[in-house]
Amino acid sequence: MRWVHLAAAAAVAGTLAIAPARAEEHGMPSLPKQGWSFSGMFGTFDRAAAQRGFQVYREVCSACHSMKLAYFRDLRGIGLSEEQISAVAASVTIGDIGDDGAPIDRPGLPSDHFRSPFPNELAARAANNGAAPPDLSLIIKARDGGPDYVYALLTGYSNAPAGMKMGDGMNYNKYFAGNQIGMVPPLSEGRVTYTDGTPASVNQMARDVVTFLSYISEPETEQRKALGVRIVLFFAFMTCITYAVKRKIWADVEH
Amino acid sequence: MAGLHKSEFQNPVINWVDSRLPIFTMMQKEYGVFPTPKNFNYFWNFGALAMVTLMIMIVTGIFLAMNYTPHISMAFDSVQRIMRDVNYGWLIRYVHANGASMFFLVTYIHIFRGMYYGSYKAPRELLWILGVVILLIMMATAFFGYVLPWGQMSYWGATVITNLFSAIPVVGEPVVTWLWGGFSVANPTLNRFFSLHYLLPFVLIGIVFLHVAALHITGSNNPLGIDVKGPQDTVPFHPYYTVKDSVGLCAFLMFWAFVVFFFPNFFGAADNEIPANPLVTPAEIVPEWYLLPFYAILRSVPSKIGGVLMMFGSIGLLFVLPWLDTSPVRSCKFRPIYRYFLFLLVIACLTLGMVGAHKPEGVWVILGRLGTIYYFAHFLVILPILGKLERPLPLPESISKAVLPRGGGPLPSGAAAKPMEKA
Repeated sequence: MRWVHLAAAAAVAGTLAIAPARAEEHGMPSLPKQGWSFSGMFGTFDRAAAQRGFQVYREVCSACHSMKLAYFRDLRGIGLSEEQISAVAASVTIGDIGDDGAPIDRPGLPSDHFRSPFPNELAARAANNGAAPPDLSLIIKARDGGPDYVYALLTGYSNAPAGMKMGDGMNYNKYFAGNQIGMVPPLSEGRVTYTDGTPASVNQMARDVVTFLSYISEPETEQRKALGVRIVLFFAFMTCITYAVKRKIWADVEH
Repeated sequence: MAGLHKSEFQNPVINWVDSRLPIFTMMQKEYGVFPTPKNFNYFWNFGALAMVTLMIMIVTGIFLAMNYTPHISMAFDSVQRIMRDVNYGWLIRYVHANGASMFFLVTYIHIFRGMYYGSYKAPRELLWILGVVILLIMMATAFFGYVLPWGQMSYWGATVITNLFSAIPVVGEPVVTWLWGGFSVANPTLNRFFSLHYLLPFVLIGIVFLHVAALHITGSNNPLGIDVKGPQDTVPFHPYYTVKDSVGLCAFLMFWAFVVFFFPNFFGAADNEIPANPLVTPAEIVPEWYLLPFYAILRSVPSKIGGVLMMFGSIGLLFVLPWLDTSPVRSCKFRPIYRYFLFLLVIACLTLGMVGAHKPEGVWVILGRLGTIYYFAHFLVILPILGKLERPLPLPESISKAVLPRGGGPLPSGAAAKPMEKA
C-alpha cells in the first residue's frame, strides 16, 4: 500500500517539477498575481466587469485587434439580453452575397462573428508599423500567465529607462518580451465613459477588459466548473462504494 | 475433428452461440474463473486503467474526428469550433487532450510496476516486449495527435521531431522529405499525420490483445515475484479483481475529471493556442511532459546523430531488459541493493524530465548528462553485474505461506463465485 502513496507522490512531484518550467520567464519581471472573479475551482465571471470590459474592447481594442472566433451571440454569457445583442450586431455592416449573386451590405446578426478591423494580415501589418495586432479570441489562453500577463502588459507602460535605445515607433513595456512593443499605450485615464458610472482608471479598464477577454477565450468556463463539481463528487462517491464492495468481497479471503 | 463446442451455459441462446463460437466460454475462462495470484497490491490496477484509457481515447477521438478538418487553413479553427460550437465539444476535447497525459501517467506507473517486481523476467519476456512495442506506438500516436490542432507548438514540434531523421547519414534528407510529403511540414504532412493518428490506436488494440493473450499464458506476476504453487495461492479474477480494479478505476477517473473540469490546460502549452506560423519560431519548443526525458537525452549528447541514437537507444534498451538483468530473483522485495538503484533510475528519469523542460544552459546541461549517463549505466552496467553480486533475501515458500500467519489452505468453500449477500 505504501507504494501507492510513493507512486502518487512521485507523479505529483514530477508534474510539479516540470510544469513551472513552461512559464519560465526570460529575464522578465515576475507577473503580479491578481485576484480574478473567474479563477479558482468555483470562480464565475463578474458580469458587470465583463460588460464594462466589452465596452473597452468595443471602443478601444477593436480599432486594431480582431476577435474572429467569437460570435455576437457569445455576449449572452456576460449577461447581455437578446435585444442588446441584436443591437450590437446590427451596429456593424457585414459584406455578403445577395440572392441575385451580387455583393451586398447587410446589418450584422447575433450569429455573425465579430468583424475584423483589417481585411487581411498584410493590411494589418501595413497599418501598424509592420507588426500585425494579434487576434484576441484566445489571447488569455495563448500567453503564459494568462489574465495576469495581459493585465500586467496593459498597465506596464512607462518611459524607457535612460540609455535604452528604442526602435522607431516602439513603446517601452516592462512586461513585454524584449521590452519594446509596437502597441501604443491603449488605455489612459477616462479613455471610455462607463455607463454604470464606474471611474475609468487605467487599472479598472485593464481589469475589466481582461475579465471580458477571459470569457471570450473560454466561454465554457462556468458550465465546465459547475459540471465538474458534480462529476468529481460522483466519482468520489463511486470510489467509496466500490471500495466498500471490495472489502466485503475480499472479507472471506485470507490475504 | 469438426464438431460443436460443448458449451456449459444453460441459457439456450447463449448455448447456441457458444457451441458455434465459444466466446462466452473464453470470457468465462479468461476473465471469470481465471486464477490470479491473491496478493496483488494496487499497482496491479494500472494495466486495466491503461486499457480503459485506450477505450476512452478511441471513443472521444472518433467524435472529435467527426468535427475536425485536417487542412492547414482550417484545422486550428475547426478545433476552436469544437471548443465553442459543438455541444459539449469542449468536454470531448479536454477529455481527449488530457487523456494523453493520463494514458502516459498510468502506463509509466505500469512499467515501473513491471520493473520493481521483475515482471519482465522469464517466462514473461515476450509479454514485456509487446508492452514496449505498445509504448512506442503510444508515443508515435501522441506525437501525431499533438500536431493536429495546428498551433505553433504543433507545427514546430512536428518540424523538430521529423528533422531528427535528417541525422541518418546519406539518406537523411530524402527520408525527411518523404515523411513530410514535401519540402517542409505542410498540408500533406498534416493529412498523413491525421490518417496515422486515426490508424495507430487500432493497431494498439491488436497489440494490447496480444499483450493480454501472452499474459494469460504465463499468468500474472505478483508482488512476491514467486510462482503460483497451487489453487491456495490464487483467487478467480471475477469478482475479486474486477472489483479491485473498479476501485482504482473510479479513483483514477476522479483524478482525470478533476484535471479536465478544473485545470484543463495544466498540461498544455500557451503557444499552441496561437495558429501555426512557419515564419515565427516560438521562444522555446518543448514537447509534452511525457516525452521530456527522451528529449533531454537527445539534447544531452553533443552530436546530432549521437543524440538521436541515444534517444532511440534509451527505449531500445527496454526491449532487451529481460536479458540485461541477470538476477534470478524477480521482486525488488528480495533484492535489497537493486531496489535503491531502481529508485535512482526513477530519480534520473524525473531529473531528465525537468531538464527537457528547460533551455540547455548551465546546470541543466550537467544534470542532463548525469541523468543520461545513469540511465544507460543502469541498464548496461549495473543490472548485469548486480545480478551476480547481490545476495537476495530468502524467498518465501509460496504466496499463501508468505501472506498468512499459519500457512494458508484452500479457499473457503464456495468462495469462487459466491454472490454478494445483502448487507
